[in-house]
Amino acid sequence: MFVHLSAFYSYRSLPFCRFFLQIEEEEGGDSFDIHISVSDPEKVGDGMNAYMAYKVTTKTSVALFRQRDFSVKRRFSDFLGLHSKLASKYLHIGYIVPPAPEKSIVGMTKVKVGKEDQSSNEFVERRRSALERYLMRTVKHPILLKDPDVLQFLESSELPRAVNTQALSSAGILRMVNKAAEAVNKMTIKMNESDAWFEEKQQHFENLDAQLRKLHASVECLVCHRKELSVNTAQFAKSAAMLGNSEDHTALSRALSQLAEVEEKIDQLHQDQANADFYLFSELLGDYVRLISAVKGVFDQRMKTWQKWQDSQMLLQKKREAEAKLQFTNKPDKLQQTKDEIKELEGRVQQGERDFEQISKTIRKEVSRFEKDRVKDFKMSIVKYLESLVQTQQQLIKYWEAFLPEAKAIS
Amino acid sequence: MLPEKLRSVSVDLNNDASLLIDIPDALCERDKVKFTVHTKTTLSSFQKPEFSVPRQHEDFIWLHDTLVETEDYAGLIIPPAPPKPDFESPREKMHKLGEGEATMTKEEYTKMKQELEAEYLAVFKKTVQVHEVFLQRLSSHPVLSKDRNFQIFLEYDQDLSVRRKNAKEMFGGFFKNMVKSADEVLIAGVKEVDDFFEQEKTFLLDYFSKIKEATAKAEKMTRSHKNIADDYIRLSATLNSLSAEESTNYYIIKFCLKLFQNFLRVCLKKVEGRVASDEELKLTELLRYYMRDIQAAKDLLYRRARALADYENSNKALDKARLKGKDVSQAEEHQKRCLQKFDTLSESGKKELTNFKARRVVAFRKNLVEMAELEVKHAKNNMTLLQGCIELLSGN
Repeated sequence: MFVHLSAFYSYRSLPFCRFFLQIEEEEGGDSFDIHISVSDPEKVGDGMNAYMAYKVTTKTSVALFRQRDFSVKRRFSDFLGLHSKLASKYLHIGYIVPPAPEKSIVGMTKVKVGKEDQSSNEFVERRRSALERYLMRTVKHPILLKDPDVLQFLESSELPRAVNTQALSSAGILRMVNKAAEAVNKMTIKMNESDAWFEEKQQHFENLDAQLRKLHASVECLVCHRKELSVNTAQFAKSAAMLGNSEDHTALSRALSQLAEVEEKIDQLHQDQANADFYLFSELLGDYVRLISAVKGVFDQRMKTWQKWQDSQMLLQKKREAEAKLQFTNKPDKLQQTKDEIKELEGRVQQGERDFEQISKTIRKEVSRFEKDRVKDFKMSIVKYLESLVQTQQQLIKYWEAFLPEAKAIS
Repeated sequence: MLPEKLRSVSVDLNNDASLLIDIPDALCERDKVKFTVHTKTTLSSFQKPEFSVPRQHEDFIWLHDTLVETEDYAGLIIPPAPPKPDFESPREKMHKLGEGEATMTKEEYTKMKQELEAEYLAVFKKTVQVHEVFLQRLSSHPVLSKDRNFQIFLEYDQDLSVRRKNAKEMFGGFFKNMVKSADEVLIAGVKEVDDFFEQEKTFLLDYFSKIKEATAKAEKMTRSHKNIADDYIRLSATLNSLSAEESTNYYIIKFCLKLFQNFLRVCLKKVEGRVASDEELKLTELLRYYMRDIQAAKDLLYRRARALADYENSNKALDKARLKGKDVSQAEEHQKRCLQKFDTLSESGKKELTNFKARRVVAFRKNLVEMAELEVKHAKNNMTLLQGCIELLSGN
């Protein structure tokens, strides 16, 4: 089905390709085949100027790419840079741009300072996983996948350093988006929502946001407690071993030592389960809380677009009134100027209306795509999570069944 | 009647039909628990063949203390006193529930209330069990079962609080406190001639510190398990609200969430909760009980050590008396009595300690086996439910 476009060296700018890409989109964008992995975190440099470099590997049959299997090295600010470019290009026309992972000063400082302990390893792993999910979500978007910045990010061996990442952080973008929300609140005319769909959806996302935050907090609690359980189980195992040593009845002593071993193995199970709790459940929810902020941002951009259109209309109205007044004065130059301005404003009003209709159309499509993906995502994660729980239970059965004869052997 | 499997900590009790004791009922008024002590007996020393009396925790303590203070029982291991009923944890939860009522949905509130009631019930069952075992240890002991105060405890149909006050005034708990602070030092310092006691001393002192540590760690572990069970409750309540929000357009996710939420509520919460309390009953309670029992064994060693010290002192006094030529017969009498006391203590002590070991091993075996079987059972149940869930979800 794919025409191999690699023959066209600057194919990305050819209008022919845009048309082609549009067809692809309408035929159902699920027929994409691309998988991205972020791996091999490597510390580059020393001291406070040090940074982590990640290997970004793309495996794909999508014809847009020059190869089917390739990798590049990227650092965290590169990801932020990519996101800021995409946000500036697509947010204001109604596309839901997946937010990049959060910056973490504390986490990174520990890594820079060279603390090779468990918590900094966990931090790096957490970030690696988040970056991977971010890229996958970005390329799953049929429009974003074709963006030249995305292609360059995945393919180019050299990438110009993203500057001023302070402003480019997700938080920075969100601040920008929130400013749009503030502007909406300060709107001169309250938008008369003729389309109930938008009102309904906005309410839905507000509610969803609140629920997901609550759920996220609960799951974070669960992760914390499961980690505690792991620690306490390990401590109990040690104390059981010591009790077994102290016990003078031989068979009972052996059984107690076996109990200690079982509990040690169970401690490892709890640790693994805590990881599953975290990566399959907690991080998923965290991602969606941030994604929904982006969705809300897109709705606000629509309001801003509407406001711009209304402002142009109001300005046009004023100019028309001014024109009417000037008709009765003898100022031909001024009259002509006003007539010119009116012409320009008429054009602006028309454009404003077109923009508003376009963004409304785009948002409808985007929301539908977003919800469809969300359902798939949640369902997949839930199944994976349940499978992790099944595995834990299987192991528990194995361990306790092995212990039972030992306990029965006490006489 | 409480189910058989709850009477788990000690074994081979309540087998002798001549004196059968149980606590079939208990009332909880605020923090005060009123136990109904029911006795069935063929012994003529009792006025009736079957009777019940209401007793409070303080009455049990009174009985225990009078037994400890009785000289004649110095050579016996006095069963450890049952701990005070502790409703701290459910009470704290109830407080939290009251505070959070405003922020919770009705469903969340009802669910938490149910869990709270279940926990209350669990604490309740535990305290009844522990008080019952105490009485049954006494009734199955050849010497202690005949104690006069024990009989009064079982039979006296009036309030025991008057007697309790008198006893406190008489002894003032002085002896008990003395035992607690001095036992380790004195027991360790005794020059032992008897191999059996030397071994027992070394073993009990070491074992006590190890079992105390293990009990503390087991308690922490089961508390963590309970926390997780509570987390699952909260999760299922939130998932419920979330699934209500999802629009009917996306039936799939609503179905998914409802399934997930049901699963969490029904299986994980109940099973995790049950794992937490079964584990607690079998393991933690076992360790806790035997920690106290070993303390009682240590008390026996202490009393014997005291008797030995007394005997050695009486020897010295006799020598001094002989040297001075004064009060010799008195000193001889005293020395003879001390030796007799020491020998009686040693003889009964040996028997008690041997029985104790046997009892301990049997109890550990029973509880460890039952615990392992329960863990397997719960894990299998969990797995079946989980796999059912996965099938339903994947099929959609």
